[in-house]
Amino acid sequence: MVEAVARVQTEKLTALYGKFTAVKDVTLGFAANQVHALIGPSGCGKSTFLRTINRMHEMSIGGWITGSVLLDGADIYGPDVSVIQVRRQVGMVFQKPTPFPTKSIYDNVAAGLVLEGGRARAELDEVVERSLRRAALWDEVKDRLRTSAIALSGGQQQRLCLARTIAPEPEVILLDEPTASLDPQGTQRIEELMFELKRDFTIVIVTHNMQQAARVSDTTTFFYLGAMIEHGPTRQMFTTPTNEQTEAYITGRFG
Amino acid sequence: MNRRDRRRFKSNAMVALMIVAVVIAVLPLLFILGSLLVHGASSMSLAFFTRVPVPAGETGGGVVHAIVGTLVIVGIASLIGVPVGIGAGIYCAEYPGSRMAVVTRFLSDVMNGTPSIVVGVFAWTLIVAPSHHYSAVAGSAALAMLMIPMVMRTTEELLKLVPNSLREAALALGYARWRTTLSIMLRTALPGIVTGTLLAVARIAGETAPLLFTALGNQYLSFKPNAPMAALPLVVFSYATGPYEEWHRFAWAAALVLIIVVLVLSVAARLATRQRFGAARG
Repeated sequence: MVEAVARVQTEKLTALYGKFTAVKDVTLGFAANQVHALIGPSGCGKSTFLRTINRMHEMSIGGWITGSVLLDGADIYGPDVSVIQVRRQVGMVFQKPTPFPTKSIYDNVAAGLVLEGGRARAELDEVVERSLRRAALWDEVKDRLRTSAIALSGGQQQRLCLARTIAPEPEVILLDEPTASLDPQGTQRIEELMFELKRDFTIVIVTHNMQQAARVSDTTTFFYLGAMIEHGPTRQMFTTPTNEQTEAYITGRFG
Repeated sequence: MNRRDRRRFKSNAMVALMIVAVVIAVLPLLFILGSLLVHGASSMSLAFFTRVPVPAGETGGGVVHAIVGTLVIVGIASLIGVPVGIGAGIYCAEYPGSRMAVVTRFLSDVMNGTPSIVVGVFAWTLIVAPSHHYSAVAGSAALAMLMIPMVMRTTEELLKLVPNSLREAALALGYARWRTTLSIMLRTALPGIVTGTLLAVARIAGETAPLLFTALGNQYLSFKPNAPMAALPLVVFSYATGPYEEWHRFAWAAALVLIIVVLVLSVAARLATRQRFGAARG
């Protein structure tokens, strides 16, 4: 399938850990302002693939890639590219909530902003409030912004991490099984948020949960044994997959 | 006896054993504190803290020279030992598999087991012998050498306890590596590192052997780092082995002061690093 201008485009991307190939030769585009789901059984390479998009893969022991990842047409693995700049444009939320335990709720949200420096206090206040509102957390924490972030519930912590990720206004948000450690209510909140957030961001989500992929995403990509098996609009992937393996996985016959 | 009674009996017996173990562990400390108070408290007066010793045979005088000396010697030792120890600890935690880290870790374990008098001899060879005079700095150097491996291993172990997911979260947010290490990893482990460092300071404050042929001791109040200087453990050592009853009482009192200095250090550190949010402490 052809998308006009992909926000994120991988070209023959292969991701390795030392000599082990985790992702093989994936060419794939993600259109802007949509939610893209990556599904597949454990160890299929979908998380590794996700981590190549903000260059976190190279932080893993032995992690390296061949091929390229284009963000708005520019190779993020190019020689003059700053990794830090890439990660500011491509935010990430992890499976386990990771609030900074020594920072308050406010300082957690501001953590990515203060890196740039030179922001007035009032402006910072404004961004923190807006980010918390967008993460649907503001009403729950507005009276205790200066208290510990780890006193929040798991679901609240995950929304806090989401607020922290969107505060510096990235273009793309990567979600690595963001609801895997949450209860159904927390999961629902995050899923609802994705509909809101895709207006401003391009979202790529790795999920083990078929129903979640079907509910929230516009496109779905199925990975198996490090290879991209099938990619297409979510409705088509879940109703009329062209590949047998995709169908078998989606209908729960393996994985 | 049925099964439940047997279990209850076993449980109670084990609890009793643990209580005995705790008592055995704490008793010596209580006895030490008790006898120090009994023998030392009577010699403590204002003069004890403000005066230098008087010639043998006269009464009165104090150990201010040794209190100052201990603070100066331990202070300089900490200025050297803490940054080096924390720096090396960070290195070993950040590059755990590197050959350098493996070697450093092994050597610091060896250092930790080295008798302190050997370190004193080394400092003598290194500083006292070439400069031809005893000095407080030589004592500080010896103490710093003892301190570095302790601080280093504490720092490394506590940094390793910080979940790697926090490092990833910071990096993914656009933090540079150095900033991630300092403002996330080190900051999260800080309360434990401070506590560990203070324990190391307290440990070296009581060391006698490394000072015997480095700082040597001094009958007078001295602030000169390049000259012999008194220290509380040295005063305790020389007074306790001296011939006069008055000296023996002074030794007890000096020992009590040493314990109090260490105690105050530890308590102050605990208060100063009390977690803002009451998170886990090291």
